[in-house]
Amino acid sequence: MAERPEDLNLPNAVITRIIKEALPDGVNISKEARSAISRAASVFVLYATSCANNFAMKGKRKTLNAGDVLSAMEEMEFQRFIAPLKESLEVYRREQKGKKEARKDKDRKADSEEQDKSREDDNDDDDERMEEEEQNDEEEVDN
Amino acid sequence: MAARLSGGENRLVSLPLSRIRVIMKSSPEVSSINQDALFLTAKATELFVQYLASYSYKHGRGKEKNALTYSDLAHTAEECETFQFLADILPKKILASKYLKMLEKEKRDGELGECDEEDDDEEDNDEAVDEAVGS
Repeated sequence: MAERPEDLNLPNAVITRIIKEALPDGVNISKEARSAISRAASVFVLYATSCANNFAMKGKRKTLNAGDVLSAMEEMEFQRFIAPLKESLEVYRREQKGKKEARKDKDRKADSEEQDKSREDDNDDDDERMEEEEQNDEEEVDN
Repeated sequence: MAARLSGGENRLVSLPLSRIRVIMKSSPEVSSINQDALFLTAKATELFVQYLASYSYKHGRGKEKNALTYSDLAHTAEECETFQFLADILPKKILASKYLKMLEKEKRDGELGECDEEDDDEEDNDEAVDEAVGS
């Protein structure tokens, strides 16, 4: 878990990229502003977690779920995030489901009826794995 | 949608989920987080960073036109209700001379009240008690 205080920081390169995407081209972001936004983002995570946890506790649940996070956004007055978040979640769930099914189909290779389908899914799976490797590379650079 | 899934640039979420999980778990009352909640928090944090940056850029009173500075962010934390929770970690910077003046003013304003409460002299304390009983 968080053993050192820096474990609570978010990668600067990623934060900077996200800020740049939000601002018009050519806007200079001071170093102090970057680290301030990065700190603010960590505090946002903690604030959102604590709000979401209150909703989970009210519902007598121990595990935070998607609904708790969305309720937290509303309580924190970030309602504007809810629609885009729901959209991304749908895409994310579909993506996860796809990965799971690809894995399942792989196990069922012996089944001749499934064989054609599983060959397709194997390809998908490989693509995804390559993508994950790319992601890892990126994160290493960021740190 | 296919375009969003492929290629590093258009990934669903660019902040590392593992790091977001560590931050979430650092809150002692949280026991477990499901995958959807983790993803949503990471995505929300990204939206938050964009919103904070663009809001501060638009509403900042920065002297430099084409720049986002610390004072723009501190201004946002102070002025905008939604970002008020950041006020403690994004304090406004002030000059030392201004701060000294503030301290002086505080001292002057607080002088009347302080006399009765914080006097070390025993006699004065007795007097204060007498006054309180009398009134």
